[in-house]
Amino acid sequence: MKENAILEMKGIYKIFPGVRALQDVDFTLCKGEIHALMGENGAGKSTLIKVLTGVYEKDGGDIFLEGLGKAAVIRSPQDAQKLGISTVYQEITLCPNLSVAENMYIGRGDGAVQNWKKMNADADKILQNLDIPARGAQQLSSCSIAIQQMVAIARAVDMDCKVLILDEPTSSLDEKEVEKLFGLMRDLKKRGVGIIFVTHFLDQVYEVCDKITVLRDGKLVGEYEIKDLPRVQLVSKMLGKELDDMSDIKSDALAYKGKDADTNVFEAVGLQSNADIKPFNFHIKKGEVNGFTGLLGSGRSECVRAIFGADRVIAGNVKKDGKEVKIKKPIDAMKLGIAYLPEDRKLDGIVGDLSVRENIILAAQVLRGAFKPFSKAETYKIADEYIKMLEIKTASADTPIKSLSGGNQQKCILARWLLTHPDYLILDEPTRGIDVGTKIEIQKLVLKLASEGMSVTFISSETDEMLRTCSRLIVMRDRKVVGELSNEELCQSSIMNTIAGGGTTDEK
Amino acid sequence: MKNKEKKSGIGGLMRGLVRKQIFIPIAALVILTIFNYIMDPTFFKITLSPNSLGYNVLSGSIITILDNGSELAILAIGMTLVTAASGGQDISVGATIAIAGSVILRILCGGQTSPDTLQAPVIVAFLVACVAGMLAGAFNGALVAYFRIQPMIATLILFTAGRSIGAWINNNTLPVVKDPSFAVYGGFIPGIAVPTPFLITVACIIIITLVLKFTTLGLYTQSVGINEESSRLNGLNPAFIKFLTFVILGLCVAVAALIKVSRISSINYSVIAKDIEMDAILAVALGGNKLSGGKFNMAASIIGAYVIQFLTTTLYALKVDANALPAYKAVVVIALVVLSAPSVTEKISALGKKMKPKAKEVA
Repeated sequence: MKENAILEMKGIYKIFPGVRALQDVDFTLCKGEIHALMGENGAGKSTLIKVLTGVYEKDGGDIFLEGLGKAAVIRSPQDAQKLGISTVYQEITLCPNLSVAENMYIGRGDGAVQNWKKMNADADKILQNLDIPARGAQQLSSCSIAIQQMVAIARAVDMDCKVLILDEPTSSLDEKEVEKLFGLMRDLKKRGVGIIFVTHFLDQVYEVCDKITVLRDGKLVGEYEIKDLPRVQLVSKMLGKELDDMSDIKSDALAYKGKDADTNVFEAVGLQSNADIKPFNFHIKKGEVNGFTGLLGSGRSECVRAIFGADRVIAGNVKKDGKEVKIKKPIDAMKLGIAYLPEDRKLDGIVGDLSVRENIILAAQVLRGAFKPFSKAETYKIADEYIKMLEIKTASADTPIKSLSGGNQQKCILARWLLTHPDYLILDEPTRGIDVGTKIEIQKLVLKLASEGMSVTFISSETDEMLRTCSRLIVMRDRKVVGELSNEELCQSSIMNTIAGGGTTDEK
Repeated sequence: MKNKEKKSGIGGLMRGLVRKQIFIPIAALVILTIFNYIMDPTFFKITLSPNSLGYNVLSGSIITILDNGSELAILAIGMTLVTAASGGQDISVGATIAIAGSVILRILCGGQTSPDTLQAPVIVAFLVACVAGMLAGAFNGALVAYFRIQPMIATLILFTAGRSIGAWINNNTLPVVKDPSFAVYGGFIPGIAVPTPFLITVACIIIITLVLKFTTLGLYTQSVGINEESSRLNGLNPAFIKFLTFVILGLCVAVAALIKVSRISSINYSVIAKDIEMDAILAVALGGNKLSGGKFNMAASIIGAYVIQFLTTTLYALKVDANALPAYKAVVVIALVVLSAPSVTEKISALGKKMKPKAKEVA
């Protein structure tokens, strides 16, 4: 083991059926160090952490811990905890209706007898020691989310943790709370705890971390000192594109050539929803394909949800075809000819137990109204038509949609919205988790629809895809729009520059 | 190749049957029928004989089942919808029958205890009862849909208070309707041999069939019950749909109340429709519908209701003591519910699969 290291993972492999989630990944954590683990979606960050914490069993490689002569055996979260590896997750995994002290000591007693007074006193001592503004006897739910997270950390610290993993701890905190959490992290660092910090917020990485390890597609890209890796480089390493890689410029798509190609189909000024995004301006022209880009959690999905009325709109004016309109809920948007394919197919898209046929007609049926149901024959005709058109692989139109593969489910949802004949279609991650062939089909379809006059907003985690389909990109960072790129400005490097925040030198 | 796809042989047939949701309630009916036939071959005898008013009417055990099962079957319709959309059940239906029934009597008797003539037309009393039933449903529905209280807790309020409210509507008196014309709703229409409650039930079944065919109620309730968020993003208003199902159940309650009070031309607040909520929920479960909501099969629920009534009548025919009845019923219900559990149906289905090749060899 390296000097000063408390954790070393060497040559870690993890294979899921059909996917190599981790390939030969090394990771080293030193004493008193805050180490960021970075990577886009599906890069293998959470898999690596799950291997370390015993949620998954690794398929290859070794884990070494300081003071342990041999490779550590971690088969369950309990094993990891015994070895001093603790995790605090994004969602609080404590029990909100127990007291702070109970949460800190739950599951740790040796017997059935518990000295409540002593437990509360001990808890108070630790909390005070770590400067956490909570009392042991207080009910956990009466604390803010940030404090709850700190309580979870205090619990970990008290269990003699040497390695503390913080998985997206800041995503539900406001700036002040984040500051408090960082204070605690720095304090723990001084005490020699090694902290692994997983986050999507670049600013936070540069504020608090010492080192960065970047993963991409399950492979290690590299380990860097924070001062040696400017932001733009970090983004380019995460996305896997070098700055001078200009080869991926949008091929000349069939453009819509109608007379009304210059009119705005949709326009928003100062639009803001309750999903914690800064107000933004937006417009889309007839036959245009544009997109929101930015890292995950940057607020790109929240923007389109605000347009569709999926989140509660709290400010802003919107115009559809030049007319001032109010979109308060999805049905308002649907009536105006807007369609929205949501990001989370399983939670927001499919109605699992219903058949492919019912899933396809659902939105169109809602638009038609409750007293004008499609006849059964009509629904079969429609379903068969779209199954054929989009080449949906299903045993029959009556198969429950949940038994289809992800790509085919997505095609059903796409069919559902095409059936409503929208003039403005929003696609949020339509190609996530879909095989390459289907991805290209969907991209082609988008370009074809646009050439026929449909306006499309396309969101994808894959910049390639965005470049291939979109003629204009709205760039987001930390939940606000930070730039807009169109035509000749559209290339990987400019996107990365804008995502990272301006030039290479202006910020840290 | 073709043979493979066709469900040939006993195994295939059995598999196809078992997979159908309606299989369990129908199987239960068949078993009860066979059992009764063995115990007493006269069980199925239906006779046409004059009743106390001198009309020729049908009588026999089967007629009793169809007659007495009416209220339960009507409630099962509403309960199925509530279950599908909200993923919970309304346990207040028995108590709200007391309310709606009390409203009917209050209007028919005009506040008197036992007037000689009807103080208002029955249709008026019934319509007001419908409003009362729907208000109760709206109260439950609002708590569930808009205040997001668990259905069982929300409806616990009226479950507890309903019978007292019913008593309060008639100042805690027990009004009696003397006019014999009111008794037809729970008895027989002069000249028609079939019990009126059964006719009312058939009417309700026809109405709900038409509603399910000519509106999107079925699709919407199932969609909301399966995935509320997705339904919302498809332009539905999940809260309103849940609310609506409770109001529809309230309407079913009013119809059931009319039959119940007409049967005895009076009311007993603490006894009327006692424990019927549990039977109604059971009917939905016996129909193979998930009590956690989502997909439903209306026909299966209604057959489920008659299975419960059949069971009760069978046990009476076997001279089981009225006090011991629930215990016997429970045993049979356990068997039925376990049989219709997904893990068990899968096993039966697998058994069918094993039988299939054998059947082929024979062929």
